[in-house]
Amino acid sequence: MSLIHTVNKSPFDRNTLDSCLRLAAKGSSVLLIEDGVYGAIKGTEKSDLVTNAMSSIAFYVLGPDLQARGVSSDKLISGIKIVGYGDFVDLVAQHSATQAWL
Amino acid sequence: MSDKGGTVKKLMYINRKAPYGTIYALESLEVVLIGAAFDQNISLAFIDDGVYQLAKGQNTEALGVKNFSPTYKALGDYDINKIYVEKESLQARGLNQDDLMALTYEDEDDDWAEKNSIHIVSTKEMSDILEQQDVVFSF
Repeated sequence: MSLIHTVNKSPFDRNTLDSCLRLAAKGSSVLLIEDGVYGAIKGTEKSDLVTNAMSSIAFYVLGPDLQARGVSSDKLISGIKIVGYGDFVDLVAQHSATQAWL
Repeated sequence: MSDKGGTVKKLMYINRKAPYGTIYALESLEVVLIGAAFDQNISLAFIDDGVYQLAKGQNTEALGVKNFSPTYKALGDYDINKIYVEKESLQARGLNQDDLMALTYEDEDDDWAEKNSIHIVSTKEMSDILEQQDVVFSF
């Protein structure tokens, strides 16, 4: 059992994604929600940070938040899994605790 | 710890905001003090701008808001004595342990010797401590 981290702010506005990935342990998970979904897009200043972390951390992004912002799945870094609200609940239940990077 | 059959969980409060710009720091401290009544295994983490919460010499007189920093010194009396501060967050802000308030507790298992509650830990150590928690409160 490991932690799941949620990030809900744009990585271009706040440093929460950086802080999260600095402290997230190997084997933990990261779920990008709300404006945090901008961190899932490929070809940005932050995508290398995410890609590098993916070797030891599982990444998820909330589909409804992508759709609301007009971000289609082909724009995402490959390997990030799109999930729905029900999956969000399952993910939280499957991990030992949740840390929200507010 | 609990003699009533209750489960003792590891609770961690994570503090990442500077003290007066937002209400997070004060709210966290309030919740910590309330939670202290429940005999759980509590620890506090100070990361990013959260390290500013523990800075020495805070004076809010001219601001007209409560200076709640002395309250951190009372935590030891509530058996809250695992206060972890990330070294990298201090370094990024040009701070070291001397810039922080001294937070202590009296160890009942060691003839009430006064001991330091603050532990400066690396990113890796903090990451490991996080993973050991049953419940995380995020501020």
